[in-house]
Amino acid sequence: MRELIKNTNIDFMGIKKYAFIFSGALVLLGLIGTVQIYRGHANLGIDLAGGTSIQMRFQKPIEMDKVRALLTGMGHGEANLQGVPGENILIIKVGAKGKEEKMVSEQVIALLKEKLPDNPVTVESIAEIGPAIGKKLRSDAILALAVSAIAIIVYLAWRFEFKFGVAAAVATFHDVAALTGIFFLLGKEMDLLFITALLTIGGYSLTDTVVVFDRIRENIRLRKKPTFSETINLSVNEVLSRTVVTSLTVFLTCVALLFLGGIVLREFALALTIGVVVGTYSSIFVASPIVAIWRGEKMVEVKR
Amino acid sequence: MWKSIRWRTTLIAVLTALSIAVVLPSLTDNLPETWRKKTPKIHLGLDLQGGVFLRLAVEIDKAIENATLRYADEARAICREKGIPVLGSQKDGADGFALKLPPGDFAGRAIALLKEEMGSLDFSLGEVRPDGASVTGRMKPAEVQSIRANAVTQGVDTIRNRIDPEGVREAQVIPEGEDRIVIQLPGFKEQQRAIALVSQVALLEFKLVDDGASVDEAMKGNLPEDDQLLYQITTDRQTGKISKSPMVVKKRALLTGDKIKAAKVQFESRQGGAAVSVSFDAQGTKDFDRITAENVKRRLAIILDGTIKSAPVINERISGGEAQITGNFTAEEASDLATVLRSGSLRAPVKVIQNVTVGPSLGQDSIQKGIRAGVIGALLVVLFMVFYYRFAGLVADFALVFNILFLLAGMALLEATLTLPGIAGVILAIGMAVDSNVLIFERIREELRTKKPVRASIDAGYDKAFWTVVDSHVTTLITAMILFQFGTGPIKGFAVTLSMGVAINLFTALVCTKVVFDYLNAKRPMQALSI
Repeated sequence: MRELIKNTNIDFMGIKKYAFIFSGALVLLGLIGTVQIYRGHANLGIDLAGGTSIQMRFQKPIEMDKVRALLTGMGHGEANLQGVPGENILIIKVGAKGKEEKMVSEQVIALLKEKLPDNPVTVESIAEIGPAIGKKLRSDAILALAVSAIAIIVYLAWRFEFKFGVAAAVATFHDVAALTGIFFLLGKEMDLLFITALLTIGGYSLTDTVVVFDRIRENIRLRKKPTFSETINLSVNEVLSRTVVTSLTVFLTCVALLFLGGIVLREFALALTIGVVVGTYSSIFVASPIVAIWRGEKMVEVKR
Repeated sequence: MWKSIRWRTTLIAVLTALSIAVVLPSLTDNLPETWRKKTPKIHLGLDLQGGVFLRLAVEIDKAIENATLRYADEARAICREKGIPVLGSQKDGADGFALKLPPGDFAGRAIALLKEEMGSLDFSLGEVRPDGASVTGRMKPAEVQSIRANAVTQGVDTIRNRIDPEGVREAQVIPEGEDRIVIQLPGFKEQQRAIALVSQVALLEFKLVDDGASVDEAMKGNLPEDDQLLYQITTDRQTGKISKSPMVVKKRALLTGDKIKAAKVQFESRQGGAAVSVSFDAQGTKDFDRITAENVKRRLAIILDGTIKSAPVINERISGGEAQITGNFTAEEASDLATVLRSGSLRAPVKVIQNVTVGPSLGQDSIQKGIRAGVIGALLVVLFMVFYYRFAGLVADFALVFNILFLLAGMALLEATLTLPGIAGVILAIGMAVDSNVLIFERIREELRTKKPVRASIDAGYDKAFWTVVDSHVTTLITAMILFQFGTGPIKGFAVTLSMGVAINLFTALVCTKVVFDYLNAKRPMQALSI
């Protein structure tokens, strides 16, 4: 038997105070990020904020200053320029201005073709999204998050009990907030793919949480330990090996995606990779302690 | 025992054979004709093969307004025919119009007449003043509702007719919600042309030029009641200079594009440009014959979407039912104009609110990188499982292969569209797929540590892990389904692969691996298990 984790006996509940402080900071960061998103100060993808994104490939290295000057000249000084080193790829993002739904990609491409004649360019992709549709997609995404939270509470309340359902939902919320906060802090772009990553990580973290809950329920029934906190400790330690192995396999695929998946999937893969770590952490340090505090130390059996 | 093993093995074998049969057509074209044609296929999303995606907002209010204007014209014509003079007409609210009539009993007569002739409207007496009276016509709610409902359907049909001649494989034009149309043109490269093709209203009108009215006065805003000011816009092909020349034309259209039977491109050697010749249907031919006969020596403006294309002098009566639209077009512009004229005008104007175009090179690049990342990610997982769980890991890997095969088959059966996030979903499903086996194996290890016999440990491991596996999968399934419900485009693709992956995973983890252990145990109870 090859074992990464052997008969551990870590006192997870003993450090719950520090874990709560850490988690609180993460959630706070996430809330700040969310507020900033609403105030328009975050790096929102154009599919959520509206605007134009053009990805082009030049034949020679790009003179960013020159491109910047050209764009400023046509009134797009605030455009976001992102170059991909070594590949001569340039991504230009122009935000939607007010209610104007005018498409600007054609003008920008024509200008760059005209003013940079000795560096031929091919357009790889164009996305133009009016502000109205961006708003719709954004509200759809928030609705999806809210509805899945409720659906999960209901399912877990039915399979376990209400308190477990809420604790799992809180842990999931913690992961979503933490990921949003980290992305905000890193200044990474948040787009529809990022929201997909949020929901995926939510699902993954739930799986993790349910596995721990399942063991807690079993150990309560078997009355292996006198208090609830000790039962949690025992349960987390018992499933720790599985948690580490599964996180590792998912982590491996995410990292493969991060380094080999190409530019389009890079930030998506980054969100998933961070999310796996955060999701694993939260099922141990967020979900179970909440149940412990809420339920008290009495060993009341969980109905099934 | 043997019976159950045989039964499960048969099930797996049948599913595998079916899956291979379903998946193959998506991977290769080198198959017998009937097989290839009869089986559904996995489609590549726009982000993978390149193409144009457009989302249009249908301006339904405009369609209602246009209908109101058409009804007002019709009402005036009906009145005029019966000898009731109409002094003018104007809009009245969003869905109505008011006709100005001279004093006397004209208003009463008009109401009685119009009520009989135009059933879809309500008529009532408006203001009565010494110098005349007004009659208000208002569309019945049912009529407004039907315009509302038809605007999108008509738009979808019209746009489909415009796209069809392009021969785009798997082109999609579908209504979305109450006032949206989504268009997907896989493999289509010309973004601007696509936008022009689908969003041109293409309302063709023939109106008389009012040579009696002064253009200068009109520019100052002094227009006769029945006239309007329009512009002829011409672009010089050499210099690119755009010139606008104003012209005063009659408001009333003598003929519109809905009476067109055919439209084709004609090359004019004289100017070097291309023109579009249109031929009218029977009624249009009759109308055109009458119009040209009545107005010889006058100028007839040919107006497309509110812009004058040309205003030739009618030299003689034209009975053939053909007219020519010139306007210094390039061959492609002319051919596109002919297409949109053939397919008819959009009842309601549309606005492009989302446009995503992906070049084919990026698509190719994305597929290659995505698949390479997937293969390497899966290999890492496979190797890790064998390294960590030895023989049992090998069994889990064997289940993983089935997992991927069944997933691809499921996608082909649903004719799912594989998008870039979809590939990510498959990769993630692979990472999570081994989770069920990890859960079970860890349980078996726990049982083995209590010195239970191997066979009992395996059975207990599967039994105890069962509900954990189910619970954890169902929660993931819930989020995936909600993603599918609320997600759009690429996210939907991701949700499909993820939820199918989860469901199939349940099957492979609980059935495929168990049957291997059962088979080994049935031959001879295992003394040791390499796990």
